[in-house]
Amino acid sequence: MSKTLFDKIWDSHIVKPVEGGQDVLYIDRHFIHEVTSPQAFDGLRQRNIPVFRTKNTVATADHNVPTLNQHLPIVEPLSRFQVDKLTENCNEFGVDLYGLGHRWQGIVHVIGPELGITQPGMTIVCGDSHTSTHGAFGTIAFGIGTSQVEQVLASQCLLLKRPKRMRITVDGELAEGVVSKDIILYIISKLSAAGGTGYFVEYAGSAIRSLSMEARMTICNMSIEMGARGGLIAPDETTFEYVRGREFAPQGAAFEAAVAKWRELYSDPEAVFDKEYHYRAEDIAPMITYGTNPGMGVPVDEAIPTAPTPGDSLASFEKSLGYMGFTAGENLLGKPIHHVFIGSCTNSRIEDLRLAAKFVQGKQKAPHVTAMIVPGSKQVEAKAMAEGLDKIFIAAGFEFREPGCSACLGMNEDKVPAGEYCVSTSNRNFEGRQGPGARTILASPLTAVAAAVAGRIVDVRATN
Amino acid sequence: MEKFTHILSTAVPLPMEDVDTDQIIPARFLKATTREGFGDNLFRDWRYHPDGSPKADFVLNNPTYSGKILVAGKNFGCGSSREHAAWSLTDYGFKVVVSSFFADIFRGNALNNGLLPVQVSPAFLDEMFTAIEADPQTKFIVSLEHQTIAIAGTEREEQFDIDPFRKVCMINGYDDIDFLLSLRGEIEEFERVREGATKKVLI
Repeated sequence: MSKTLFDKIWDSHIVKPVEGGQDVLYIDRHFIHEVTSPQAFDGLRQRNIPVFRTKNTVATADHNVPTLNQHLPIVEPLSRFQVDKLTENCNEFGVDLYGLGHRWQGIVHVIGPELGITQPGMTIVCGDSHTSTHGAFGTIAFGIGTSQVEQVLASQCLLLKRPKRMRITVDGELAEGVVSKDIILYIISKLSAAGGTGYFVEYAGSAIRSLSMEARMTICNMSIEMGARGGLIAPDETTFEYVRGREFAPQGAAFEAAVAKWRELYSDPEAVFDKEYHYRAEDIAPMITYGTNPGMGVPVDEAIPTAPTPGDSLASFEKSLGYMGFTAGENLLGKPIHHVFIGSCTNSRIEDLRLAAKFVQGKQKAPHVTAMIVPGSKQVEAKAMAEGLDKIFIAAGFEFREPGCSACLGMNEDKVPAGEYCVSTSNRNFEGRQGPGARTILASPLTAVAAAVAGRIVDVRATN
Repeated sequence: MEKFTHILSTAVPLPMEDVDTDQIIPARFLKATTREGFGDNLFRDWRYHPDGSPKADFVLNNPTYSGKILVAGKNFGCGSSREHAAWSLTDYGFKVVVSSFFADIFRGNALNNGLLPVQVSPAFLDEMFTAIEADPQTKFIVSLEHQTIAIAGTEREEQFDIDPFRKVCMINGYDDIDFLLSLRGEIEEFERVREGATKKVLI
C-alpha cells in the first residue's frame, strides 16, 4: 500500500494502538531545556521513578541564558535558579547536559542537528514548539507540553492521535535576494496562522530539494506558525552528507547501513495526502510581516492589505495594526526601524551569519539602529569567529553575542523596548514577544541586515 | 489531575481571534519551576499597565464578568508549547475554555491539566458572545458526560467532540503517564525487536 513519508515513520514507531484511535508512539530522541522541564522532573520525583532511557535524552540551557558574559554566574536570580535546577535535575537523573560553558551548548534545535543527534527516520520531541525544525532531516519532530515531557522521561513514549497529512510543493527557482525564510513566510501568509492546524506537513518540490540542510531547517522550523504540529522533508544526498561524520551520527559501515535505510524514507508516488498546495518559487519575493501573527505577511514591496483575511474579524485586524502602529493599505518600504535581531532557532546558523556578513562587509549599520547577532550555538559561534565574521559584524557596528534564544522571546535581558520596531529573523511577531510593547517585523537574515544598514525597511533586491 | 464531570457557570468573554500563548502568559513569567502561581500573570500585558496597575478596559478587570468559563475567538492558544498557558488559566480559576478552533498543542496541554477545551461552531460561539453581552449573568452548562454545552434558561445547546480516551481520563482524573507506565513490558519488547532488526542490517 502506498504510504506518505510521515506514515512510514509513524507506523514504524507504534508500540501499540489504543482503543479510540490513539497510538502509543515510541520516541527516539528527547531534547530538554531549562524552561519546560523542571515540573516534569518534579513529577518523576513524586512518583519515585527514574528517567526510563537516559541515552535517548539530551539537555541544554538556551531559553533563559544571558548572551553576554556567559562565563560569569547568571545575574538575574530567577533565571539562574532555573538554569541551576536543570543542572541539578540532569545530575540527579543521569541525563547528558550541554549547559553553559560546554562547547556544544546552544539553542536546542541548532545543536541537535549539528551534533548528528538528529537523524532521518527518527521520532523527536522537545518541550518547545519549534521542535518541528528537526523535520528537515525526514523525522517526525514536534513540540510537547510539560506533562508530555514527563511522560517521555518516564516511558520514552507518548499517547497520540495520528494527525492528517498535508503536502506543500514549491517548484522552480528562487529569485536573487529571496531565501528559505521568505518561502516559509510566503506559505504562512497564504495559509494563515491556523491553516495547518491538525496536519503534519511534508515540504516537497524542486525549490525545496535545492535548499541546503540549514535552509530546510528554517522552513520546517516555522511549520508551527501555521498551526501544523510539524513539517518534514524527505532525506536525500544533501541530508546524508550533512549527517556524515557528526559526533553522534553512525560512523563507517554503520553509517552506510543507515543511509541504505534512510533511502527508503520518501512518500510513495501514489500516496494520498489529505490536503495539497502548490506554489511557484518565482512568485516569492522577500517577505515581511506587518501584524501580530506570522500569517500577517506581505512581499516587502507590497502594501498592507486593506481588510482582514477572510475568517478574521475586523476588530482583531485593527487591534493588530494598532499595536504595530501601522495603517491598513500602508506600504512599509522606507519605514524607519530601531532594532535588528539576527538569531533564534529559525535563523542563527552559520549560513545565516555568512549571508548577513557578506552583505554587511564594508558597510555600517545606520546610527540609530541597535543590531545584534546571536549565534545559535557555541559551535556556530566558533565557526563564525574562525571565519572572521565576528570582526565584520563588529566593524559594521553590530553586537556579536553569545549563543541562546535571546531576543526571540525576551526571557533574558535581550528585549526590544516598548513601541520600537525590530526587524527580526525569529519566528513570532506576537504582541510583546520580544518584550512588553515591542513591535516585531519578521524577515529573512538578508532583509534584516539590509534594514540594519539602511535604518529602515528596504527591498534587498534594490540594494547592493 | 482533578476530575471533571459538568459545570454550571457564568462566562468571561474574550472575543478576539488568534489569542497566542505569549498573550496568555508572556515568556518572562516562565521562570518558575513549579506549576503554581501563574494565574497572577494570566494575560499579563492585556491586564496590567507596565507599572502594575490594572487596565480598566480589559475584561478580567471588569467586575461585570466572572465565571469558570472563558469564551474566546478562533485559534485560541496558538504559538508556543508552554504548558504554563494551561496552568495560568486553571490557576486563575477557569475550568473550561470555549472557542470555535483550538491550536493543537494547547488543546493537549489543557486536557492534561483538567481544563476542558470546548470547540463549538462559529455560529454558536457568536450566540454565546451575544448572550453574555445581553446579560453578563447568563449561565452556561457544560456536560462532559453528554458532550454538550448549553445556554441556561434557553433551548440553545450544542454537542462538542472529545477523544473518547481523553474523556475517560478527564472524568476520572487519570493521567496518560499511569497508562504509559503500565505498558513498560511492551515498550521494552518494542525496543528489543527494533534493536534486533538494526543489528541484522549491520551484519
